[in-house]
Amino acid sequence: MSEDKFMQVLIGPQHPGSGHMRFIVKMDGDIISEFEPDIGYVHRAVEKIAESKRYIQIVPLVERPILADTANINLGYILALERLLGIDAPPRAQYLRTLLAEINRIHSHLYGLGIHGIMIGSSTIFMWCFADREIWIELAQELTGARITYSYMIPGGVRRDLPNGFNEKLSKAIAYMEERLKDYEKIFINNPVVTARLIDVGIIKKDDAIKLGIVGPNLRASGVAYDVRKIEPYCAYPEIDFDIIVRKEGDAYSRVLVRFEEIKQSMKIVKQVVEKIPSGPIINESYLKLIPPKLREKAEQTGIWKMPAIFINLKPRKGEAISRVEAGRGEVTHYIVSDGSPNPYRFRVVTPSFRNLIAFKYTMPGHRLADIPAIYGSLDYFPPSADR
Amino acid sequence: MMSLNELKEMIEKELGALAFKVDSEAPNLIIINVEAPNLFEVAFKLNHMGFDHVKVVTGTDYPIEKKIELVYHVSSYTNIDLAKVIIALKIRLDKSNPKVKSLVKIWPSAEYLERETYDLVGIIFEDHPKLERLLLPSDWDQIPPLWKDFKIKTEGIDA
Repeated sequence: MSEDKFMQVLIGPQHPGSGHMRFIVKMDGDIISEFEPDIGYVHRAVEKIAESKRYIQIVPLVERPILADTANINLGYILALERLLGIDAPPRAQYLRTLLAEINRIHSHLYGLGIHGIMIGSSTIFMWCFADREIWIELAQELTGARITYSYMIPGGVRRDLPNGFNEKLSKAIAYMEERLKDYEKIFINNPVVTARLIDVGIIKKDDAIKLGIVGPNLRASGVAYDVRKIEPYCAYPEIDFDIIVRKEGDAYSRVLVRFEEIKQSMKIVKQVVEKIPSGPIINESYLKLIPPKLREKAEQTGIWKMPAIFINLKPRKGEAISRVEAGRGEVTHYIVSDGSPNPYRFRVVTPSFRNLIAFKYTMPGHRLADIPAIYGSLDYFPPSADR
Repeated sequence: MMSLNELKEMIEKELGALAFKVDSEAPNLIIINVEAPNLFEVAFKLNHMGFDHVKVVTGTDYPIEKKIELVYHVSSYTNIDLAKVIIALKIRLDKSNPKVKSLVKIWPSAEYLERETYDLVGIIFEDHPKLERLLLPSDWDQIPPLWKDFKIKTEGIDA
């Protein structure tokens, strides 16, 4: 084969559906022969910045790369930090954490589904998903006071208690969403154009998914029943009944279906959370003591806690901790090395999108140029989250 | 169901003299310290035991000791007992010459994680399929940014 047979196509980084990244594609006619993702255009040096921040200041910092799923990445960081501090959140806080994590999972999946829709030309599903995502953002705002960047989980607990009337709003949202998902099925999931573009496209075989270390719904769509919520249950998950959605096909369509079904599972989880949530404090007793009595009284009345100023001086023990959490897009891993000072010595976060990056390189070859958006969207890849 | 200690003993037996120290830390961590030349063989044995993928690769700079610590966090997707545990496989490299054989041949999932560690911490992974800049610009010519002697330049009133 002579070299001139191939043509190099550069897609991005000016976001023509590539996200903030570039693809360097070697084409053989209309067939992709090599595919190299070129990332780093939205690298924020979160790990380096973290070394100069106090532990509590890292909470908002880690949220920035994953805007659709801030609760889960925040939770992962807090779990690692709590392991170093040797502290735990009380049961009510564990339930509240689970509640926000699942609301965020629904948000994240709707975001992914919508973006995937627009990538393959279905602007209706994009509009619908983005409009319906608003409902879950509103719920999160009701709970935390913020729409996207909640900084809700803090060491030893959460910032706010369940507001009055939340359960009614949640049941309304669930009832609405359940009906909406039926519409989604009609216009997107069972749409012949969608199935023609996605079925048997971008297959990741089970062995390859394991070998490449793929995470989240992409992994489960390839037949691997790995979900951190079941493997290493954290927060309230041990007491909640839900299923892991697994499919065998491993193609782009099965990845969509896994996310679609996971929205239903998440709704099942939040329903149980508000039913089963125990009463009690939302911050660990040893931290509660640090709050001056007057402020404490006020906080107990309103359910809104201000972090005690002493939090800025949190000093975990010398040592290291690793945590994993199942975020919307997959497993997020936080690794903290502490030298006993108020700043981490080394902070490492590996996001699901970075773990899934490798799938581009090894899944795309053999497909047609027009399959790139279909496969890309199905991987639910988010460049800022991969770059960090 | 295997306990963390049983698993630790199993690994100690399997690795023998290849690992100079194996620790376990509740609830889920097993830390294996090895000498750099033994890393590849240890990784091969762990993979054989069922630890099938890499979750994190981290390089940490220790300027006073002039060392860089390299950690691979590995676990399993296929074996549910092993999946509950995370292995931290650790080596220490000289900062003046941080070179080690890449583990991509054993764990393909390490490809981009090692490449990122090369990019930001400056560890050279021999035999890596594509050891190039990833997050940094391709013409980056300063020291690796995650070394402690790399100071962030501030802007505005602090500058």
